[in-house]
Amino acid sequence: MTAQSIAGPAIRVQGLKKSYGKLEVLGGVDFDVVPGSIFALLGSNGAGKTTTVRILATLLKADAGVASVNGFDVATQAANVRESISLTGQFAAVDEILSGRENLALVARLRHIKDPGATAEVLLRRFSLSEAGARRVSTYSGGMRRRLDIAMSLIGNSPVIFLDEPTAGLDPEARIEVWEAVKELAGHGTTVLLTTQYLDEAEQLADRIAILHQGRIIVNGTLPELKQLFPPAKVEYVEKQPTLEEIFLAVIGGDKSDTTGTTTGGRR
Amino acid sequence: MTTYFFNDTAALTGRTLRHVTRSMDTIITTAITPVAMMLMFVYVFGGAIDTGSAPYVNYMLPGILLMTIASGISYTAYRLFTDVKSGIFERFQSMPIARSGVLWAHVVTSLVANVIALVVVVGVAVLMGFRSGAGVLAWLAVAGILLLFTLALTWLAVIPGLSASSVEGAGAFAYPLIFLPFVSSAFVPTKTMPGPVRWFAEHQPVTSIVNTIRNLFAQQPVGDDIWTALAWCVGILVVAYIFAMAAYRRKIA
Repeated sequence: MTAQSIAGPAIRVQGLKKSYGKLEVLGGVDFDVVPGSIFALLGSNGAGKTTTVRILATLLKADAGVASVNGFDVATQAANVRESISLTGQFAAVDEILSGRENLALVARLRHIKDPGATAEVLLRRFSLSEAGARRVSTYSGGMRRRLDIAMSLIGNSPVIFLDEPTAGLDPEARIEVWEAVKELAGHGTTVLLTTQYLDEAEQLADRIAILHQGRIIVNGTLPELKQLFPPAKVEYVEKQPTLEEIFLAVIGGDKSDTTGTTTGGRR
Repeated sequence: MTTYFFNDTAALTGRTLRHVTRSMDTIITTAITPVAMMLMFVYVFGGAIDTGSAPYVNYMLPGILLMTIASGISYTAYRLFTDVKSGIFERFQSMPIARSGVLWAHVVTSLVANVIALVVVVGVAVLMGFRSGAGVLAWLAVAGILLLFTLALTWLAVIPGLSASSVEGAGAFAYPLIFLPFVSSAFVPTKTMPGPVRWFAEHQPVTSIVNTIRNLFAQQPVGDDIWTALAWCVGILVVAYIFAMAAYRRKIA
């Protein structure tokens, strides 16, 4: 069923170019992703992150360059690539009108899994969505929706998962929930390509970070490698104030399950 | 790929049908404009329109049915547009499925939703005094023409559904279609219209379809109208399908 994995990088991108009319979005992008690792593509809005992911997910054709996923060329072996990947969209492409359970069962059916209902149940439990499973997704909080989105992309055990800005627009708590889910994924040997504009997200999750700027990779390395590129740390005495995020989490903290389960529980 | 076409299309159709059954208001709003028109024409204008001895509701029902379809398919465009906009369309396209199943699911759903709306409108017409002595075959012929017309307009709706840049744009294309029956034989006989208007009315698709359905209901011979009607439906279907597929290919690159 699932395409065979092939020795070599899980994702290979060489000289990838894409323009929209005169606007050059990608100007020759190169990077490799080692199987089973989390690779972060870091960049600001409009840097070309989503364009890169869309090319890798066979949704867009590159103007030049080659890209392969799981050993399959995205241009000539698109069907094999689609067998190898799961995509979670920037805007959490889940069906608002269906319930969480129905969303999962639909994806399971489309991936031709024998018992879609059972698959849905297992994932609802794993992502703490069992109670909300029968509710329409339109009543979910942002974090629940994103967890459902990630759960949907796990169906079929794709060896490569693209997470396009998985925490954009989430509150700090929901962000941590998503991070936990991503770490768990990589723990199971899945290759994750993550795009993000949050530096701390790349720092938290990624084994390797590439900075995409104006359509080019300007730096690519592990976090310690990236740190060496910059002037050595100076020793300064600074009073360490808690960040607002730490304050926020401390104030509301301690009762995480409550917020995930019932923030929107009132409206049915 | 093709081995899963029916399974995938069925799964996706189940999804879009749930969108319809969970927002029955779309069926109501589809039916409400035609029903309001029907009430207005039968009880306000109808007395002043001379269409012969049969009740006026019998005369104008075929045009009202076409209007129902025209307003129904704007929801087809809307549902498809929402899928494209939300990103779920891309999620499906990135999966190992029969990709065109995503479109076919919308097409099948459009047919089902329109059939429900048409049944509602015919029901209201019967309450208002619509009667037909048409036999099973004539009713089947009417159903066949209406389905073919729905299919043709559905593929037309796919074009803005895939390529519109706003919700308004996705739905707006249907307005001229909703008003097309006014400049046809749907409400008044075309011979009462001035020259150029009459020429347009007699040469646009609605008139031949309306005349065919009206004659089938009235158990009259349909003459050449049925062939003109079928030619229009098939013609619109083929052209709309070609453009819809072109829009689709641009979308999936």
